[in-house]
Amino acid sequence: MTAITELGDRSELAESTDDTGRIDSSGAVLTDNTLFRFATAGSVDDGKSTLVGRLLHDSKAILADQLESVTRTSAERGFGGGEPGSLPAGQQIDLALLTDGLRAEREQGITIDVAYRYFATDRRSFILADCPGHVQYTKNTVTGASTADAVVVLIDARKGVLEQTRRHLCVLRLLRVPHVVVAVNKIDLVGYSADVFTAIADDVRKVSAELGLEDVLVVPVSALEGDNVVDRSAHTPWYTGPSLLEILQALPSTDELERGQEPFRFPVQTVIRPQGALAPELAAELAETGDGGQSAFRDYRAYAGQLASGSVAVGDRVTVLPSGRQTTIVGIDFAGSELQRAVAPQSVSLRLADEIDVARGDLIAAAGTFTAPAQDLYAELCWLSPKPLSEGGRVLVKHGSRTVQALVRAVTGKLDLANFREQPASGLELNDIGSVQIRLASPLPTEPYAAHRRTGAFLVIDPADGNTLAAGLIKGHPGDSEAERYVI
Amino acid sequence: MSTQTIDRIQSPVSAYRLTSLDVLESEAIHIIREVVAEFERPALLFSGGKDSVVMLHLATKAFWPGRVPFPVLHVDTGHNFPEVIEFRDRTVARLGLRLVVGLVQDHIDSGELAERADGTRNPLQTAPLLEAIRVNRFDAVFGGGRRDEDKARAKERILSLRDEFGQWDPRNQRPELWNLYNGRHTAGQHVRAFPISNWTELDIWRYIEREGIELPGLYYAHEREVYARDGMWRAVGDVSLPRADEPVLIKTVRYRTVGDMSCTGAVESAAATVADVVREVAASTITERGATRADDRISEAAMEDRKKDGYF
Repeated sequence: MTAITELGDRSELAESTDDTGRIDSSGAVLTDNTLFRFATAGSVDDGKSTLVGRLLHDSKAILADQLESVTRTSAERGFGGGEPGSLPAGQQIDLALLTDGLRAEREQGITIDVAYRYFATDRRSFILADCPGHVQYTKNTVTGASTADAVVVLIDARKGVLEQTRRHLCVLRLLRVPHVVVAVNKIDLVGYSADVFTAIADDVRKVSAELGLEDVLVVPVSALEGDNVVDRSAHTPWYTGPSLLEILQALPSTDELERGQEPFRFPVQTVIRPQGALAPELAAELAETGDGGQSAFRDYRAYAGQLASGSVAVGDRVTVLPSGRQTTIVGIDFAGSELQRAVAPQSVSLRLADEIDVARGDLIAAAGTFTAPAQDLYAELCWLSPKPLSEGGRVLVKHGSRTVQALVRAVTGKLDLANFREQPASGLELNDIGSVQIRLASPLPTEPYAAHRRTGAFLVIDPADGNTLAAGLIKGHPGDSEAERYVI
Repeated sequence: MSTQTIDRIQSPVSAYRLTSLDVLESEAIHIIREVVAEFERPALLFSGGKDSVVMLHLATKAFWPGRVPFPVLHVDTGHNFPEVIEFRDRTVARLGLRLVVGLVQDHIDSGELAERADGTRNPLQTAPLLEAIRVNRFDAVFGGGRRDEDKARAKERILSLRDEFGQWDPRNQRPELWNLYNGRHTAGQHVRAFPISNWTELDIWRYIEREGIELPGLYYAHEREVYARDGMWRAVGDVSLPRADEPVLIKTVRYRTVGDMSCTGAVESAAATVADVVREVAASTITERGATRADDRISEAAMEDRKKDGYF
């Protein structure tokens, strides 16, 4: 029962976050709740859509007209058809209909694409990327997980850890998703058995340990009956941990987790240099001051972007890449207010002490934290296109705010997701994950993905039709010392 | 630069603890700047509706102290509320923007479009929209679409590629990874950009309250002559006349969405201020489209079908 005891210790998580953002008894909404992005991944028929429907329904995110529409459709298809607004359990309506958005999906009873869903509790606003399990699952899981603070992986309690569970966990490990939660669903169908749950939780831990996935949480749920989804269940007295929603409310988001630890990284999106073409309202305001206020902005020049990681303060020394020039931050502007400090993921404009050449595509980084930009990369590619990759292929690489031409010099292996080992390969096909060597037309300020999710990620784009071919994760550069080279 | 100027404009951004609105705002500004940097001729769809007003507000913040570097585009059905058109023109003048208007009426006059039996012109906006995009050679069009509005929108990308016919192909969308947006397109194609995809109706209202954003008055409770049709309160107007069996009443109402007078319904409400509206939306049990849009009730897949044909 070790797994369960460990989880019990986690229950303080749910109580540890702040209490802000709640809708108080008078109905007033306080506006400082935080944002949390998570994705769901599962295999066929493990009840993922029902779980998502349950989360939305029990957190009151489903409004009456949506429920009415789903109830009507459920009845047309032979479901019981309950009264709108009253949902004793999932039997009455097909909760999956809440998430199947497209006509083809409803007609064929399948889910084609990642669907985004929204709900909020008193503490958090949630963005849920619901990733379908059976069609192109790697593509969908990679897409959903790339922005996720956490991923919930579903397991059917009657089936335990499947091949596909291992694959999902492998992709999540590869993408460095900060938190992985495994929901053992349909626990009602195994008689709420503690032994079944413990055996599955042990298997999950074994696989996670093989993959190097840390801090995986396992929770027994019944999406259909609602056990441990939003409220803790009386049917599982042997489980003393938090419900799924309590976990999602308590886990720190990526930015909260990294704040203050990650070095400052800022891809420059655009240079803001109005040169007299000031916003009319600002110009009018300055004209009123009568001191020729316009001149204050005559030489205004700032670099606009979103902090990819870390924080920056006025007075900080920074390096501009790829030039390598150093300068000092003299101002942080946000739409008319001057900030002393900005943190990821804020969008701001930075003013620099020296007039150095900075353009879109450059990266501003905390001084002394960056090695030289590189032209040759070792990378892992998640191939997302039906058009296969072969050695020697010419592609475009989009990294941060810069896109450059690139050559895939070699495909050095393909990951076997079942055992997490690399097999020899000379090309990649849809849903393959493989290792490549890439030569860039010009150097990019890249870093290992394992250390920096934002500056370690890139897109591979087809120069012919502009389609996205692959998600790229940087492993390292030739010449890195053993210590610098990260193994993904 | 003159710091006293900057000090006068207070921002609620906390430098250390970011709220969900801070994060959504930063995400939207990042997307707006990406699109402006990567496209030749962007434009922003601006109807005077609350989502497009928020979009424009975000654009002014993204490029401060410079002006918004793109024109705004309005597809005018000819059935708009007069106060919304007045608001549109005033906003455009205030921000020094260029306004491009596509008129549904022009396409009806030319015989290209026919008036529908139910009188609503919302579904007729696609042809003038595509025409305006073509004539002005816009390669990116910002929209205020949100994924929480509709099940088809829930699956649309933030950058959504459209072909020569403006069509959306939901089964063949580019995967959208991290915050790296791929806007590459070929001649004839264009991209619809939805920077506030991840906002909910409540987020929009909380943001309007936080930022003190002005909206057309009909979003707030006011007295109006209305009649009941399809379970909604319709305003009495030139293009929205009651039938003999539809008695006209005076009600205190407000609008949750602002579209065509002929298909947009009002809700009974006493919410006269933005704070009242935030409370009302937070407690609401019906979606804004379900409550007030007849055009979305036409079929289960109404929005999906219109999007595939090039609609917003």
